[in-house]
Amino acid sequence: MTSTSTTLPRPPGFSLDLRLQQPLLIVLAAAAPLVALAFGASWVRVLDFALLYVLLAIGLNLVVGFAGLLDLGYIAFYAVGAYTWAFLASPHFGIHLPFWIVLPLGAAFAALAGIMLGFPTLRLRGDYLAIVTLGFGEIIRIFMNNLNQPINITNGPQGIDMIDPLTIAGIDLSRNLDLFGMQVPSLVLYYYAFLGAVVLALVLVRRLQISRVGRAWAAIREDELAAKAIGIDTRMMKLLAFALGATFGGVSGGLFAAFQGFVSPESFSLMESIVVLTMIVLGGMGNLAGVVFGAIVLTALPELLRHFAVPLQVALFGKTLLDPEVLRMLLLSLAMILMMLWRPAGLLPARTRYAHREGRKA
Amino acid sequence: MPTDNTRPILEVRKLQVAYGGIQAVKGIDLQLHKGELVSLIGANGAGKTTTLNTLAGVVPHAGGEILYGGDEIGRLPSHLRLRRGLALVPEGRGIFTRLTVQENLMTGAYTRRDADGVAADMEKVFTLLPRVKERLHQTAGTLSGGEQQMVAIGRALLSRPQVLLLDEPSMGLAPLVVEKIFEVIHAITREGMAVLLVEQNANLALEVSERAYVMDGGRITLSGTGRELLSDPKVRSAYLGEELLAA
Repeated sequence: MTSTSTTLPRPPGFSLDLRLQQPLLIVLAAAAPLVALAFGASWVRVLDFALLYVLLAIGLNLVVGFAGLLDLGYIAFYAVGAYTWAFLASPHFGIHLPFWIVLPLGAAFAALAGIMLGFPTLRLRGDYLAIVTLGFGEIIRIFMNNLNQPINITNGPQGIDMIDPLTIAGIDLSRNLDLFGMQVPSLVLYYYAFLGAVVLALVLVRRLQISRVGRAWAAIREDELAAKAIGIDTRMMKLLAFALGATFGGVSGGLFAAFQGFVSPESFSLMESIVVLTMIVLGGMGNLAGVVFGAIVLTALPELLRHFAVPLQVALFGKTLLDPEVLRMLLLSLAMILMMLWRPAGLLPARTRYAHREGRKA
Repeated sequence: MPTDNTRPILEVRKLQVAYGGIQAVKGIDLQLHKGELVSLIGANGAGKTTTLNTLAGVVPHAGGEILYGGDEIGRLPSHLRLRRGLALVPEGRGIFTRLTVQENLMTGAYTRRDADGVAADMEKVFTLLPRVKERLHQTAGTLSGGEQQMVAIGRALLSRPQVLLLDEPSMGLAPLVVEKIFEVIHAITREGMAVLLVEQNANLALEVSERAYVMDGGRITLSGTGRELLSDPKVRSAYLGEELLAA
């Protein structure tokens, strides 16, 4: 993962005219929940989750795609954010703080956890780093699972229930909103809140990518020795990547807890880390558009399977041969193998060069 | 020629480096003066690259002192050493193959904030390395080995160093190209920069260097002016491929 320095230019990602692309995407993003609503509320829920995964994928991409540090325990930061919200905004401890305190706190704790993970792994790379981060993810989950005694902190495997919903400017997002006589469902409200978070994250990360920090990460990813030779503080930059990446995980986790109203350790398994990583790899590591695309596709895929796989199998064979969950893993693995064969850089590959403020010269 | 009475810009005393339990450098002393071209020659595994990487701060040292401009810098991390003017061109060039030549050069100015100074230095690099200018917008990975080496040197120059640590710039290059590279190195020292050159091509290195150190098994076994070492029978037999006539 560290230095896949191919000398051949990669195939360019398909590109629409930028002036056309942006308004089109905005309209699409704004209209999506309303279209989904026509097919049933559960599809809006899928969209909400897709946005949370997009946020996670953006954060993990910072670590893996930009800085080239393979992190297999990323979901731990999601857990830290979610549990922070659950502790500070639920009847569990009887604390009910507003979101503008809880969410930043969750992000800060996640960043701290990121530094905790980053510090001992500074000298590790590739497979070794992956193994340690994997262990870290599991440790956090096991902590959540077992910290119900001697003092009950996390409520163990039962998880924490009745978590406060997201309330922005007095509007409780868990209730339908009466807007000029029109009922706006809670799921749609959450969608727009999450969309706001995603847009903010995209703007921030994009700016980061073209900053000195972004260039330092790219240098570390390509060749760490060379990065040192040109005067980059590689320790600092790696820690920063871990901390900032974790921040996005923490925010996403907090939003997840509020949205679900319930957290338990089983939401933060290794499989989740792998799924988020798969989103990045499928979409195009290092390329923000690809990462967003990958996250949406991979959140929608299992839901589509759930809806269509069983009826289709029954229609074809008269019975269900493959459980949708099994089929999902099968397709995911197959997709990964095909990707590695034909499009190793992802569906929307990253530009092979530095991101520039100005247009590139010919 | 440097005046040997002045204080060396880089001075190494009893430097030791260890990888795990293995001592790769066993207490060496060396000096480098302003405008001087000094080479470090020796066989594979003698500890040359390790020495250079340790001076650049990429590898930690296990003992001894590294004095740069009179200050002890042995505990400084690599990026702070570069800021003080100690630049490394790593073995195998270490350029960013997926970036363009121009982008590679710009990474060399990563630590600098004086845009005008960088632009001026860029022009200097172009005069020194015209080939690099021709390839400016090409992806660095598509360049020939010699051109890549020039990019690596140009990149290091853009950090405006006082001391340039060059690790085997001739590696894998055709003799004609190597000659070009050495011309460039010579031009660099004429500007007042000090160059410490690690080379396997001992003949060439000794010909162009003012002084040289011979390393063997982690120790410096011989030192002197390039000319002296060139005519030293031990050097000739060990590194220049000449049989000792009377054994």
